[in-house]
Amino acid sequence: MKFPLYLDNHSTTPMDPRVLETMLPYFVEKFGNAASRNHAFGWEAEEAVEQARKQIARLIHADSKEIVFTSGATESDNLAIKGVMEMYREKGDHIITCLTEHRAVLDTAKALEAKKGIKVTYLPVDKTGRVNPDDVRNAITEKTILISIMMANNEIGTINPVKEIGKIAKEKGILFHCDATQGVGKIPVDVQEMGIDLMAFTAHKIYGPKGVGALYVRKKAPRVRIAPLIDGGGHERGMRSGTLPVPLIVGFGKACELCEQEMPTESVRLAALRDRLQAGILKSLDEVYLNGHPTQRLPHNLNLSFAYVEGESLLMGVKEIALSSGSACTSATLEPSYVLRALGVGSDLAHSSIRFGLGRFNSEEEIDYTITRIIQIVNKLREMSPLYEMAKEGIDLKTVQWAAH
Amino acid sequence: MAYSEKVVDHFNNPRNMGSFKKDEEGVGTGIVGAPECGDVMKLQIKVQDDKIVDAKFKTFGCGSAIASSSLATEWMKGRTIEEAGKIKNTEIVQELNLPPVKIHCSVLAEDAIKAALNDYKKKHGKSE
Ligand SMILES: Cc1ncc(COP(=O)(O)O)c(C=O)c1O
Repeated sequence: MKFPLYLDNHSTTPMDPRVLETMLPYFVEKFGNAASRNHAFGWEAEEAVEQARKQIARLIHADSKEIVFTSGATESDNLAIKGVMEMYREKGDHIITCLTEHRAVLDTAKALEAKKGIKVTYLPVDKTGRVNPDDVRNAITEKTILISIMMANNEIGTINPVKEIGKIAKEKGILFHCDATQGVGKIPVDVQEMGIDLMAFTAHKIYGPKGVGALYVRKKAPRVRIAPLIDGGGHERGMRSGTLPVPLIVGFGKACELCEQEMPTESVRLAALRDRLQAGILKSLDEVYLNGHPTQRLPHNLNLSFAYVEGESLLMGVKEIALSSGSACTSATLEPSYVLRALGVGSDLAHSSIRFGLGRFNSEEEIDYTITRIIQIVNKLREMSPLYEMAKEGIDLKTVQWAAH
Repeated sequence: MAYSEKVVDHFNNPRNMGSFKKDEEGVGTGIVGAPECGDVMKLQIKVQDDKIVDAKFKTFGCGSAIASSSLATEWMKGRTIEEAGKIKNTEIVQELNLPPVKIHCSVLAEDAIKAALNDYKKKHGKSE
């Protein structure tokens, strides 16, 4: 095993060496500008970009002409939401989204509320983190022009009923944007079957390079139009100007191709490792709670709350393993995870949450090591925890008058 | 966030971690914080002839909270009640090199010291 272990693959993934290999020629030898129409350097670059576009489109069952390259999922979310709201402003002024979205969506919606007078409905989720399609249907008004619901959540891995939401959107003639950053490459995604009109995703979550992402923009039934965020040379059919980062795009394409080829076996392998991790921890520790959905979740995600133990101290105790926590202490705001709060998880358990994000390069040996270390540190910290001591004495912590500070 | 060496040391080797029986002669107990806020500290002192002869802590909280309370027990031991009451959160911040977002941990430790001292005084008829 090579330390530190990396179990934070929802945050970013290491690049696959096979991806790097395909990218390398496009830095020095094949450096052309894909927009140079009149010489071999440009043609070579354009060909590489178009090849990548096909690889990417294939993974999500789209046409390559429906892929718009961006700098990442944050930009794609911004482009989709702001682009649609500007383009279709005459038709309405209402967006439907949900409380557990990534901040790339939430803060974009908030900016439109504050600056453009757009109205936003933030739907609640159930205690497993899922949006109820009926809630989406009931929130629709005559002024609704966009539904933006994520495919899978980045903290708890819960997968939304995207297909059902897509159907409602279609039925009502409303555009459906899906932030699929955590889903693409990990679970089967089919924009046709799911009725998705716009979809954001990014290369660095699927073993590709950082700095490149894509927005899928439906071309037929309906033909979706968006106003650009960035004006300039009219690249990407006017939706996103700027010289294309050819090496990154080539890497993105290869990353998608590898995910497509390996998903059937890799998703099974990761789910088995994840289940091993979950079972190993639960077998030896009491009062550990699963956050998210027991089955409708990403195969590589595990989010647990360890009662009586604060998340950041747990991370500090296993410094040789890279993990993440929903504890406030790891954020700048001192508020615990808004995603867990939206599920109805109490602040105390939100402070005690740890996210495990498994990936392509994790081994069974690493998982077993992690199980052992987590059990050790949780026991050690519970020994140190006044809350654990009180609970063991039979005191109901909910009835204690805490001096909040 | 990177932790200072001293925080890491207190976290890995907590000083005086544990509990006294609350009703034991000479013991004062202070519990401050709330689980919802992500930190709860319990500080206990054992007093003989106005002098703190032993101290213990248990803390639910981040590494800096654990280090602050661990340090507090070290500093309280050997001091008189009056001297211990003068420990300031800013001294803890300085000693542990706490960054601005962790200053509340030191404030909580100071509160815990005061709460333990008050509890002792109340129990032993030495109210302020
Ligand atoms: C669900 C979701 N949306 C958007 C993003 C932002 O992606 P990027 O880093 O490519 O901008 C992330 C990654 O943090 C994410 O998990």
